[in-house]
Amino acid sequence: MCTWILHRADIRGSGKGQAGWFPIQQANVAFDHPADAPLDHAVLIDFVNEAMGPSARVAVELSATSARALVEAIQSALEDGDKQHVANHEDVVTLSVHSTYLN
Amino acid sequence: MPLYGPLMGETTGIHGHNADLIDAYLARPLGDGPYPGVLLLHHMPGWDEWSIEATRYFAHHGYIAICPNLHHRAGPGTADEMAAATRERGGVPDEQCMGDAAGAVAYLRAMPSNNGKVGVIGFCSGGRQAYLAACELHGVDAAVDCWGGRVYVPEEERQGRGQPLDLTPKMHVPLLGIFGNDDTNPSPEHVDRIEAALKDAGKPYEFHRYDGAGHGFFATGRPGYRPVQATDGWKKVFSWFETYLQPART
Repeated sequence: MCTWILHRADIRGSGKGQAGWFPIQQANVAFDHPADAPLDHAVLIDFVNEAMGPSARVAVELSATSARALVEAIQSALEDGDKQHVANHEDVVTLSVHSTYLN
Repeated sequence: MPLYGPLMGETTGIHGHNADLIDAYLARPLGDGPYPGVLLLHHMPGWDEWSIEATRYFAHHGYIAICPNLHHRAGPGTADEMAAATRERGGVPDEQCMGDAAGAVAYLRAMPSNNGKVGVIGFCSGGRQAYLAACELHGVDAAVDCWGGRVYVPEEERQGRGQPLDLTPKMHVPLLGIFGNDDTNPSPEHVDRIEAALKDAGKPYEFHRYDGAGHGFFATGRPGYRPVQATDGWKKVFSWFETYLQPART
């Protein structure tokens, strides 16, 4: 493809990268040349936290068929959640703490 | 220069666009020269091991070769991390790329062992950038576009912007094009359009289109690698640079 076309999704959750778990804020999705997968083109998905730098990244490169299978699996999992009436209570709790210290 | 002579390979810093200091891989024969220079513009997956190997390959054949990290500003990180972060930022602007390329050319030309000639070669997105360099970058003497996509951009996809093909009348160096006929970007039809523009503008060029090959068919270790076509393609590249970058033999 050789394009810079990118589809973004603002997301909340955690990803496990090289240095352990970190908060992810965005998923970047493109269809282009993979860095590693033995494919000419692949669906490239990066779960990132831009503020933490380029290494804060969980990357996958999937064949188009695999990506469609993944989409179906996610939809199925969400339907499971809907049946249990929990899928809409999804938002990650954002830690907000105000600390004071007496020195 | 004897083939299999001693080489030097190292990461160095060059001043690119806006005088930004960026990484560049430099590979050169260890002799006094004079040697022609080659600027290698890496593909979209980034400043990766294949690009570095290709840079050393030119040194192995008697060229001072440099490959700037066009994704440097998205770092630090690994090649794929910087490529992903660059995509997130919207890609490499052409102006920035030409600035980095100009810095790399200046670096090559300042080397005492350079023979005063510099060629540019690019792969994938770098092929498109090599086409731009052939039209806009001063200090280069020959160019090679290896399957650069979006040199020709269909009108409905231009979104009011220009395309590199529009710059063809400004092309000031001979251009070699290497393409796979199974590629979709550039497709054979795209390559036809590029060739027509070069003919119309009266520019010296040579195109080689390989059957049974798609995009990126030089890339060893990738499923698109085509050893027979790639071996012949590399010969075409070295022959091109031999013609335009080496001093005339007396």
